[in-house]
Amino acid sequence: MTADQPPDAGTEAVLAADDISLGYGGVAVVHGVSLRVHSGAALGVAGESGSGKSTLAKALVGDLIPIRGSVTVHGRAWQDVRRKDPDRRRVQMIFQDPYSALNPRMTARQAVAETLHVVCGVPRRDAGQRAAGILARVGLSGAAIEARPHRLSGGQRQRVSIARALACEPDVLIADEPTSSLDVSIQAQILDLLIDLRVERGLALVLVTHDLAVIKHMTDTCLVMQDGIVVEEGPTEQILDRPQHDYTRTLVAAHHGLPGPPAEQGRSADHGLSADHGRSADHGRSAEHGLSAEHGPTGQ
Amino acid sequence: MSPATPPVAEIQGLAISIAGREIVTRVDLEIAAGEGVGLVGESGSGKSVTCRSLIGLLGFIGATITAGQVRIAGQDMTSASQRQWQPLRGRAVSLVPQASLAGLDPLIRVGAQLREVIRRYDRGADTAARSMELLDQVHMPRPQRVLRAYPHELSGGMRQRAMIALAIAGRPAMLIADEATTALDATIQRSILQLLDGLRAELGMALLLVSHDLAVIRSATDRVAVMYAGSIVERAASRELFIRPRHPYTAALTAADPALVPRGKRLRSLLGDPPQPGAWPDGCRFAPRCAYRQPRCEQSLPPLAADDGGHAVACVRAGEISL
Repeated sequence: MTADQPPDAGTEAVLAADDISLGYGGVAVVHGVSLRVHSGAALGVAGESGSGKSTLAKALVGDLIPIRGSVTVHGRAWQDVRRKDPDRRRVQMIFQDPYSALNPRMTARQAVAETLHVVCGVPRRDAGQRAAGILARVGLSGAAIEARPHRLSGGQRQRVSIARALACEPDVLIADEPTSSLDVSIQAQILDLLIDLRVERGLALVLVTHDLAVIKHMTDTCLVMQDGIVVEEGPTEQILDRPQHDYTRTLVAAHHGLPGPPAEQGRSADHGLSADHGRSADHGRSAEHGLSAEHGPTGQ
Repeated sequence: MSPATPPVAEIQGLAISIAGREIVTRVDLEIAAGEGVGLVGESGSGKSVTCRSLIGLLGFIGATITAGQVRIAGQDMTSASQRQWQPLRGRAVSLVPQASLAGLDPLIRVGAQLREVIRRYDRGADTAARSMELLDQVHMPRPQRVLRAYPHELSGGMRQRAMIALAIAGRPAMLIADEATTALDATIQRSILQLLDGLRAELGMALLLVSHDLAVIRSATDRVAVMYAGSIVERAASRELFIRPRHPYTAALTAADPALVPRGKRLRSLLGDPPQPGAWPDGCRFAPRCAYRQPRCEQSLPPLAADDGGHAVACVRAGEISL
């Protein structure tokens, strides 16, 4: 990895995690993760259900305080950044399902104006106008900006949540499976928008997804997570072209395997067992598989 | 294939409406015995409704066939009653829905659900032996434990294997997998696809694989039909379709696939959203989003016209544009 350090490795990171462990109710589900996000850079976090990638995303945005270690924004730990502190707004997040993240009773313009007023302190009389401008930048205009979420398509809703995240001009955008519930052509529109925003605003991007094609397309460096630990990290191209860790190889093979015809496999029972990575009826409830068991029944 | 064998399923000029809105228009599709056919399209393109017409489940969603024909194993089922569909379901045609808890009864152990289905197809069957055989066919890990487990105790991948076991219990001639791998992780998705592909060969079963995921379709089918706004816009051999698409929509789909575009380059994304089901534009339904649109595109819905190699495309400009 040494030869491929990001060019600005020496400069101070906008967002950093130092050997953090994360958990709920005292049980750690993410162990010893460190990362640095530099201005304008794009970092991918790859992994499957239950790998801890969404938990990590929560900690990066300051919604979950680590059990051990700390996440720092411009060098300040999240614990020390109060709600009204301007640094609080430096990191924003968007989610897979924008429908559940949007207030059903607010139009697109109201949702963004509300954020501008409440979070960024923009006077109400200016907020509506500013909101329309931000919505136009993310590709929403006309009737769509006066529509409530249920009248919008999935892609339009994701644009509203991106507009809301951009309202306070953050330095980092954390996107947790931002296109996973969208159709292919709409996914492309949203990814293009994120690329453009990165270029024009120097916005750093942390893209959390199970989709290696999206990671490959969008990010410079990436982490691969499995069962709460980072099993591999480095420049995205290197990791996807020459994965070193067994799990990364499996993941890459599953993706590369898809475009071509599936490998002819005999009737060996083991591909079923290994592919379900050990989750099974009798392991489902044991503590070390707690997270994956959680995701099994509910993650649909 | 001998000409005497009718296709396992055949749709001709099919139109389907819900509440007076036509959501599927003029669909032609034929699936031969043992063949793997992919049906690809985005949400609202009509692919799931088309599938439902092949297993007699339109009535449950308030949909009706308003034109065309559906034939299963040569038998006209266009206006068949539920009573007439019953003997065909699970035998002539079977369905695996999207991975979810909903397909299995949460209060009944997996083994009991399997035994019930096995008895439905064969009253005198040795249900214990057949259950194990089915779980073996779907490569279920720890089959003995699974038989005693409730659905919520299984992982997503195992649940989908259990659903497939139920679907193949009647030895169907055709299996419809409607987004059957969509909600699963990539590694599990791949193993389920391999399983479906393996079962197709092993049981000589036809497979209709429905997905919005091009990579999934490409890997496991012989032929693909691409649906857009309620009708088929292109149909060709899988090898051919994604390499030499002839419909601007298919070309746009492949250009929008991040797996196929150089890193950091903008994806060549389509503008706008697909139309709402039933509220179709006049003429070619893709025209409003099409970069090659001409005034004549808006005159009438272009028919699906096949060349000698069986590559069919519904675009009036197919012969003159290079994609």
